[in-house]
Amino acid sequence: MKAALTPSEVQDPPAQKAARHRRGVREWATFLAFLAPNVLLILAFIYYPLASNIYYSMLDWRLGAASADFVGLKNYLTLFTSPTGLDMWRVTLIFTISTVVISMAIGLLLALVLNRNIPGRTFARTAVFSPYVLSGVGVGMVWNFIFDPQIGLLSHVFAFFGANSPDWYLDKNLALVMVIVVYIWKNLGYCAVVYLAGLQSIPKDLLEAAAIDHAGPVRRFFTISFPLLGPTTFFLIITTILSSMQAFDILRIMTPTGHGTNTIVFELFLQGFGVYQRAGYSAAISVVLFLALFIITTVQMRFVERKVHYA
Amino acid sequence: MSVESRNEANPGAEAGAGNAGIIAGTGAGVARTGADTSGAVAGVSGTTSARGGSGRSGRGPAWREAFTPRHLGETILTGYLPLLIALAVIVLPLVWMVIASFKPPGEIVTLTPTLWPQEPTADNYAAVADRVPLGRILLNSIIVTAVGSLIKVVLAITSAYALVFIKVRFKNIIFLGILVALMVPPEVALLPNYMTISALGGRNTLWGILLPGLGTAFGTFLLRQQFKTLPIDMLEAAELDGAGHWKKLWKIVVPVCAPAIATVALVTIVTEWNSFMWPLVITDTPENMTLPVGLNLLQSVEGQTGSYGYLMAGAVLVIVPVLIVFAALQRHIVSGLTQGAVK
Repeated sequence: MKAALTPSEVQDPPAQKAARHRRGVREWATFLAFLAPNVLLILAFIYYPLASNIYYSMLDWRLGAASADFVGLKNYLTLFTSPTGLDMWRVTLIFTISTVVISMAIGLLLALVLNRNIPGRTFARTAVFSPYVLSGVGVGMVWNFIFDPQIGLLSHVFAFFGANSPDWYLDKNLALVMVIVVYIWKNLGYCAVVYLAGLQSIPKDLLEAAAIDHAGPVRRFFTISFPLLGPTTFFLIITTILSSMQAFDILRIMTPTGHGTNTIVFELFLQGFGVYQRAGYSAAISVVLFLALFIITTVQMRFVERKVHYA
Repeated sequence: MSVESRNEANPGAEAGAGNAGIIAGTGAGVARTGADTSGAVAGVSGTTSARGGSGRSGRGPAWREAFTPRHLGETILTGYLPLLIALAVIVLPLVWMVIASFKPPGEIVTLTPTLWPQEPTADNYAAVADRVPLGRILLNSIIVTAVGSLIKVVLAITSAYALVFIKVRFKNIIFLGILVALMVPPEVALLPNYMTISALGGRNTLWGILLPGLGTAFGTFLLRQQFKTLPIDMLEAAELDGAGHWKKLWKIVVPVCAPAIATVALVTIVTEWNSFMWPLVITDTPENMTLPVGLNLLQSVEGQTGSYGYLMAGAVLVIVPVLIVFAALQRHIVSGLTQGAVK
């Protein structure tokens, strides 16, 4: 901001001040013109909902009904003490922990393979990542056909071994296993690619030095690579927990009304917009979901700032 | 973090390293690993093979070592075998989808399925169009994706520019507000946004599908990081030439940061195209649905087992366009979606 001053401005401080003021106003006007639409949209469709959810969550209110009863914290009590509420937490925990742990474990193994200097790995990397960008709706439909107990691809595999396919859709536990498998299939590539980037940032000399000292590949992995992947592992734990807790598309397509698969976001949808139309309860779930995710993200930011190493 | 700074700020340097790798005989396979990693990989392999291959009598490309008799067994056992298994698991469902979409019902409801359709037919696609207004739904999806992405990217560009280059007080507070918005998952806003849009009369309209998602915290955040890496002299020089903010934005910042903007645009396009929950809630008439919602409807009206042919045809319509875009532009999309992993 060092525009040349005219002689009159140098000699005349008040005029200079006015000019600076004018420029300040103009800067603010531009700033607002550039930023206001985005900020207003964020206020109206992100911040306002956060606040109004708190109000809705204290109502006993059917979606679309003109009137509602104020019930205080009753919806929260239901969420944390009723069988429905507790079952949602159980399903969410099983779903989140198993998808996070399994995708990260297989993702790391795949990254180790992709990190080898062999031709064809670029193609493999692209292919492994590809399900991550696909529509959850489309993916769910494809896997519905695979899991179909009568004519699905998997039923033919079972038949090949002389067994009958279990009915994945009737048994609540099997239905949960099924959506976990599909969710891992879709998100595995993300873990693999992030781990691959982590592996490639490990200094080659460290690994070479260890090899000269006769450390085998397994030893090299556990004493050098894995500890140095600490920040990557931490980053992945956080991001995969966040996305697993927000799983929806696959669950909705494979088990439309929820059948042992009601994780938190799916339950939020079913309660608000499914047959029950318990909008107040749905809002209570939203509030708790936001707090949970907010805490997880804040933890991540604090740790990343401290640059933790687990070596 | 131990992971060093590496982003698409220097596409030129990266491409250079990649070319060096190819010339040195490292093979395109290594040189083009992707935006987030290729710089390092290509750089490293470039230097090693340059060193090893300084004379014509060198041992040739580094990967060839993996195929010497001594290493061949290991390469296959710990390299190609797991890769092939992974590829089979990833690719098979998608291949199965495409093939089934061309099979007549008789070849789907069968105990002895064949891999290849015996009598390939496009009837399934016609059947989808019979059951839902497919043309309208496809058009809706294309409009929502195109208009939504365009507006979001423009808003992200202007917002990021304002936050980085316009000197006003309190802008950090505004940035903090956007940062917090980044942490709010869209599902949390589902019910209140439904109330707002319904009250405005936006149910079963395209603008109703579009409006709540237009504010963009993700794009703003990503582009702000990118814009901050620009040398400030570049803009000061333009300022001396009398360029205002508008001109500086479109003549300097946007062209220089084009790769980052392309990344944001591609990620936004893919996300919009796949978006399901909000359009599901806000539309209930078939003519106003987007493709994922239309497919959800198709699946719920087609109860019987013979309908998998139609359903796979529907799945092809939503999956294959993204696969094509991804195959062509994967390095941008991967780097955009794994943002934050490589700092």
